[in-house]
Order: sequence, then structure tokens, then C-alpha cells
Amino acid sequence: MSVHEQFAEDLALQALGTLEGEERVALEKHLEGCAGCRRELEQLRGDMALMALSAAGPVPPRRARQRLMEAVAREPKRAAVPARRGWWTLVPWVAAAALAVGFVAVWVENSELQRRIAGLQRQSVLQQAELLLDRSVVSTLTASDALRVTLVAAKTPPQPQGKAIYVRDRSSLIFLASNLQALPAQKAYELWLIPTSGAPIPAGVFKPDPHGSATVINPPLPPGVQAKAFAITVEPEGGSAAPTLPIVMFGAGE
Amino acid sequence: MSGAELQGDRTDAAVLSAIRSGDEKGMAALYDRYSAVVYSVALRVLGDTGAAEDVLQEVFMQLWRNPGLFDSSRGSLGPWLAVIARHRAIDGLRKRRPETDIADVVVSVEPDMAGDAERARAMEKVRGTLGSMPSPQRQALEMAYFEGLSHSEISAKTGEPLGTIKTRIRSGLLALRKAFAT
Repeated sequence: MSVHEQFAEDLALQALGTLEGEERVALEKHLEGCAGCRRELEQLRGDMALMALSAAGPVPPRRARQRLMEAVAREPKRAAVPARRGWWTLVPWVAAAALAVGFVAVWVENSELQRRIAGLQRQSVLQQAELLLDRSVVSTLTASDALRVTLVAAKTPPQPQGKAIYVRDRSSLIFLASNLQALPAQKAYELWLIPTSGAPIPAGVFKPDPHGSATVINPPLPPGVQAKAFAITVEPEGGSAAPTLPIVMFGAGE
Repeated sequence: MSGAELQGDRTDAAVLSAIRSGDEKGMAALYDRYSAVVYSVALRVLGDTGAAEDVLQEVFMQLWRNPGLFDSSRGSLGPWLAVIARHRAIDGLRKRRPETDIADVVVSVEPDMAGDAERARAMEKVRGTLGSMPSPQRQALEMAYFEGLSHSEISAKTGEPLGTIKTRIRSGLLALRKAFAT
């Protein structure tokens, strides 16, 4: 398969990651259907990798190795993976057991037992969902690369307080707040992720409970956004595309 | 077993397999093998030892957390790490969020960079090839590679036409390929 000549130069720029605008869009569309050009792109990346060797010479300081190995040691052990896999492997067994019991229930036409099985299955599904959520929450709370941000009210006591924990690589955000003031009907608080560049990104609309507490867990966020701060505004219940001033709470990354 | 022993005895595939099973010595061996390549390209791009160390840390930690990011059937590990390091360093230089999903990066290249001797020979050949290029061509290639400049930016800096810059960059990369094809 040959390279389409009209894209030959753009492929080199794409390998370097410097192709922009319409040219990039056109090339990416072409690549979807052209194996020859995809292969050429891989080869150009290889050629590009050779460029790295022209810079070779400096070696990292000894402390860099130590820093990496310490970070590796701090990561959750991979041995934990089989444990998680083990949990999942139970699911088919649970399902099989439930099916077997269900079969018996049908066989003996015991409608009471059927209702219990249905209840157990619902409970099992709920527990699975809860376990998944718990695992995601714990993983985010304990991640060594989590950005931990404390938000405090601009002025008045007693202070509402919010804690945002954000892991950029996973676009995972957990926000916990307390002492929030109650809001009028049809109003809600909205959390905003303030990126290092660009407009604030909506990160969840919420209302505090009667004690003034609130939680936002993993709102939909665009991937990989670098956050420099978080803020809260008061918005209509349905949320807003852009924050309405004033900002009632604000916190920058530690 | 020390990292050096691992380096001498084990292929990239074996070291990666150790990493997949959570073996920290495997990670140490991988670091000993490729940290200089990753660090030197990051340092050349960023010009700052601290920032280069951060890229070094990030690249290796990503592989430790998710060894499946690298698919050995789709290229060699050393060149792949070099490409990822350069992408991350350029992202850092331009203060932008990562633009490349590293799972999508496929690198097809010879030679393997696993051995010290192979790396040294390849390094000499690359430097020789770059040295033999006309200065404007080498300059365009280095601006694109180490500064992450687009052809428009290079054109604005050098005053050369856009098409000329594009041609120089591509033919520069092809010259490197040719040097290793013989």
C-alpha cells in the first residue's frame, strides 16, 4: 500500500503532533480509511523516535530513580488485582446459584420463593453497583496524584466548607461540603472546575441536605483537564453553562 | 537480582511481563534501560532538569500503573517511550493538557534501543545524519521536534514559505529512516 502523495507532508507533521486546523481534520478523516497512510504515520513516528537519540547524553540524577521507585512502592499493590478479579469471578456463581434456585422455584411452582429470588437478584445488582462506586471513591480518595483542594467561604462565619478531590488522569472528582446555607426554591449550588486555561467547566449541580451537607461524586467532565481551582455559584436548579456571579465559595489547588 | 543483571538478561517483553505482574524489580530494570533516553529528550525540550525529571516520573509511572498501554505487537518499547516522553515534554513546554492518547501511539522503528551498544551506534548515526543535512533543514526539523512548533510558526520565525518548511521536515525524517535502512 502506498502513501497518498497529497498527504505525505502532513503525515510528517501529524507524527510530530504539530499539524493543526483543517489540515489535521482532513488527514485524520483520511487515515480512518487508508491503511497505507496509517502505516506511514507509524514509520514517521519511528523516524521521529530516532530524533530523540540526537539529544542523548544527559542521564537523570540518582534521586530520580529513588523517587520513581518510592512512588512505585506507594502505589496500590498489583496483588490487589486478583482480589478484585476474585470478587468478579463470584458474580457468575451468584447468578448461577440464583438461576438454579429460580429453576427449583418454578419447578415447585413456589411463587413465594420466586419473589425472594427476584429480591435477592435486585439486592445483588445494587450491591455490585455500590461496590463499584465504593471502589471508585476509595481509589480517588487515596490516589497519590489526587489534587486536593479546600474551599472556604469568602467572608461570613460560621463558615461553609467544601473539599474537592480531583484526579485529572481519570477525570474523577469528589466534592464534599458542609455548613452550606439553604437555598430558595428553584435555586441550587453549582460546582465549577476552573481550568488552567479556558472557561469554567460545570462540575455538578447540588442542593444541601437539611444539615447543610452535600456531595458530588464523579460528575461528567471532559477528559484530562488541568484544574487550577474550583468554585461554587448559585444557579437555577437545572444548572448553567457559565457561572453566575458572585462566586460563593472558591479554592485553588494546594 | 539487581537491575543491571535484569537489564543484561531479559528482553523488553520479559521485563514488561514482570511489570504486569507487579514486580518492582522489573520496573527498576526498565528504568535503568530507558531512563536516559526519556530524560535526555525531555531535558532537551524543556531545558530544565526539574521539569525533565517530572516528565521522566510521569512516563514511567503511567507504564507502571497501566502496562497494557504499550502493545508490543505494535512496535518497540524504547522508541515508544521516546515518542511519549517527547509528546509529554512538548505539552509541558506549551503548557497545554496532554493532546495525545498514549494508547494510540504506534511506533514502527528499527533498531531496537534496548542495548547500550545498539543505542550508542544509533545515536552516532542520527547525529551524523543530522550533521550532514543542510542547516535550514536541520533547523526546521529541530524546531518542530524539540520546540513543538507548527510549520506555520517555523515559517513565521524563519521567513521561509510554508510549503518549504513542510518539505524540509518530511525529507529530514525520511533521511533518518534512510540512514537506518542501509
